[in-house]
Amino acid sequence: MATVILQTEFARRYTGGQTRLTVAATDYSALIETLEARFPGFEESLQGGMAVAIDGEIYQSPLLEKIGAESEVHFLPPIGGG
Amino acid sequence: MGNEQDALNLVNEQVEYKWVGTRPIRPDGADKVTGRATFGADIDLPGMLTGVVIRSPHAHARIISIDTSAAAALPGVLGIVTGADLPELPNEIAAGGEAPINFRSVSENAIARRKALYDGHAVAAVAATSVEIAHEAAALIKVNYEVLPHVINVLDAMAEDAPVLHDDLITKGLEPAPTKASNIAGKVEFAMGDIEKGFAESDVIIERSYTTEAVHQGYIEPHAVVASVAADGMVNIWCSSQGQFMVREFCAKLLGMDIGRIRVTPAEIGGGFGGKTTVYLEPLAVVLAQKSGRPVRMVMTRGEVMRATGPTSGTHVHVKLGAKRDGTFVAGEMVLKYQAGAYPGSPAFLGGMTGFSCYELPNAKAVCWDVVSNRPKCAAYRAPGAPMASFGVESAIDELAQTLGMDPLELRLKNAAKEGTATIYGPKFLKIGYLETLLAAKAHPHWSAPLGPNQGRGIASGFWFNVGGPSSASVHVNEDGSVSVVTGNPDIGGSRASMAIMAAEVLGMDLSKVKPLIGDTGQIAYSFLTGGSRVTFATGMAVCDAAKDVVRQLRTRAAKMWKVTPEDVEWRDGSAFCTKVEEGKERAPLTLAAIAHGAARTGGPISGNVSINAAGAGPGFGTHICDVEVDPETGATRVIRYTAIQDVGRAIHPSYVEGQLQGGAVQGIGWALNEEYVYDANGRLQNTGFLDYRMPVASDLPMIDTVLVEVPNPGHPYGVRGVGEVPIVPPLAAVANAVSHAVGLRLTSLPISPPKLLAAIDGAKAAG
Repeated sequence: MATVILQTEFARRYTGGQTRLTVAATDYSALIETLEARFPGFEESLQGGMAVAIDGEIYQSPLLEKIGAESEVHFLPPIGGG
Repeated sequence: MGNEQDALNLVNEQVEYKWVGTRPIRPDGADKVTGRATFGADIDLPGMLTGVVIRSPHAHARIISIDTSAAAALPGVLGIVTGADLPELPNEIAAGGEAPINFRSVSENAIARRKALYDGHAVAAVAATSVEIAHEAAALIKVNYEVLPHVINVLDAMAEDAPVLHDDLITKGLEPAPTKASNIAGKVEFAMGDIEKGFAESDVIIERSYTTEAVHQGYIEPHAVVASVAADGMVNIWCSSQGQFMVREFCAKLLGMDIGRIRVTPAEIGGGFGGKTTVYLEPLAVVLAQKSGRPVRMVMTRGEVMRATGPTSGTHVHVKLGAKRDGTFVAGEMVLKYQAGAYPGSPAFLGGMTGFSCYELPNAKAVCWDVVSNRPKCAAYRAPGAPMASFGVESAIDELAQTLGMDPLELRLKNAAKEGTATIYGPKFLKIGYLETLLAAKAHPHWSAPLGPNQGRGIASGFWFNVGGPSSASVHVNEDGSVSVVTGNPDIGGSRASMAIMAAEVLGMDLSKVKPLIGDTGQIAYSFLTGGSRVTFATGMAVCDAAKDVVRQLRTRAAKMWKVTPEDVEWRDGSAFCTKVEEGKERAPLTLAAIAHGAARTGGPISGNVSINAAGAGPGFGTHICDVEVDPETGATRVIRYTAIQDVGRAIHPSYVEGQLQGGAVQGIGWALNEEYVYDANGRLQNTGFLDYRMPVASDLPMIDTVLVEVPNPGHPYGVRGVGEVPIVPPLAAVANAVSHAVGLRLTSLPISPPKLLAAIDGAKAAG
């Protein structure tokens, strides 16, 4: 089961305050489907362009990225630069 | 000591390459030094008009009416645009230079609608047959304003009784959501561990507020554009920007056009540093060209650049740092208040994500406030948001070292982030090279060199994520065996040279036979803009993949010529070698030129075309050492020695990489010592030229020494990490720490200009 870790503020708004979730999913798309089923509105919360870090690697457009059984997943604001 | 050992254990592959790591002459060099390079303002089309912008003289004013009739009647005036000519847009968020952007704000920033929100805000534009007529017409446009109270600074703008810029701006990130509009656009928090417990367990706590002023990117080339509309409505744009695809997308959105109806050709660019990751003149030029039926050129003056294009935020940053008596960091807290300018979207959240990221810090919190005020909308500037947060944190670390009686470099070594360190924004670092930069600093003769009277030495570190994202590349084999490498990113920092080097390395061919080119939006598939230190990494990866595809095709073609299978062909040193041994058959190696010459007979032209969405950008870390000498009579500070050290992954063209480190350091020194926006009581910008807005020039500074530390990024074929952002992060604190040691006072407000420093010295003397 992958572990999803959320910032406190994000969790307060979308997961009833749960900052650490375990999810059975093999890719990012399935992970989001599972989280949406568990916390309706979760997927919409990412529409502002959230990036995701999977096992320390940051993805800006992660739709097809693989999720491992021991993966750690974080959501974070999208990062640009100058 | 543990950290030093960890650093030594890191694998630093020492692979020898033929081209990667060499310093060939830059492909754009001759054109630039002989004046042949074509910048935005150099584009000249038959029948071209000149467009000029009419700008608000008020910091905050309601636009009651705009009367263009007298200007329109002036002979030679062929087009006028006001806000009424652009569609009203809904709030729509897209990826921007430093943070997501709202197209509605971009549109209203390009040309004001109901209100002018800062001195210099565009309210109309006119195109005429000569620049003189255009200016005469501009003077005839009558704008009736109702002047409103204004607010410039971030803390003033957050006050309960501050004049409110947008009556529909409700602070995001607060619960419950406010019911009243304010200038506070949003609040974002990052946290890990237990901050209260951390401070309770700390033996020493340093707590201070730090301020920085808004500073401009200071690119030499002002914004410039030429727009032309064909008879079928197809729009062509030539301009200086950090992304031709960005200009195409933004103009399409702002003008309600299909993307396919706009073609954007990137001109040479005379600097951007993040400031050219949005549009200002481009949509206005297109509307003027549509209205007049003639090409229109618009070029900003330096004053317009300063008044109306995005600087980075002025900030107020409060830092609290707790540590054990042995120097182990226990807790850190930041409250960051950043000016966004007239529309939401400051990089406060990036300050919150980066400020503590050089260190192992088990308990941390950052609260980030995005605040609008009557200033030009901020734009990205190298490592957006990071230098200001880092100034606070790295100053606090310096003060902590003083308090503990520790060497500030050893204190950083003790707490340095490494592989596996958790960040405040969530993920743990993969392979990084921060420790290596500290060890290189410790070993550098600069760190132990003696200092003279009134001199001080400062050290500071900095971090930036670096990013990847969408990039495309085409590698075409020409009939004579030379190769063209086409990419979709304007070359700001030497990317053409890097692309050519990587392609030559993969193809095993002579670098002089590789020509790097930058395609317009009709010639190459989409690439995200040049920013975020992404091009050598992401577009470079696309080039490598395209070149590898070409090698695959070359092996296949050679196999056809030899009547063997591709598996029987090996590619090395730019030639095909047949590995199949058959009696009586001698197969001499086939050069790339020989295969290219016969390509028509073996399947047609040879070309590799790749589009990727690159991930795996390795984070970057740097450590800078700065020596200053202060004149106690005048408060003037002179940088007398400066060393910039950075983990660059692998330097494809070391001279360009060193240039990035030197440029970032110089811009950071200017930020620390001189640069600031000066507004009068009416909110009008007073220093709109380089004489009054004082950026460092070569004669102000010593040679900036550089040390390239190479801890290869496993996410790139040659180990590349982005290098352009990191070097502007450490200088603010490195300089301030040096000045603080030179004068024996902690300086917390930038710029440390002579009057400000003299006042601090005199104040300390008066206080005894």
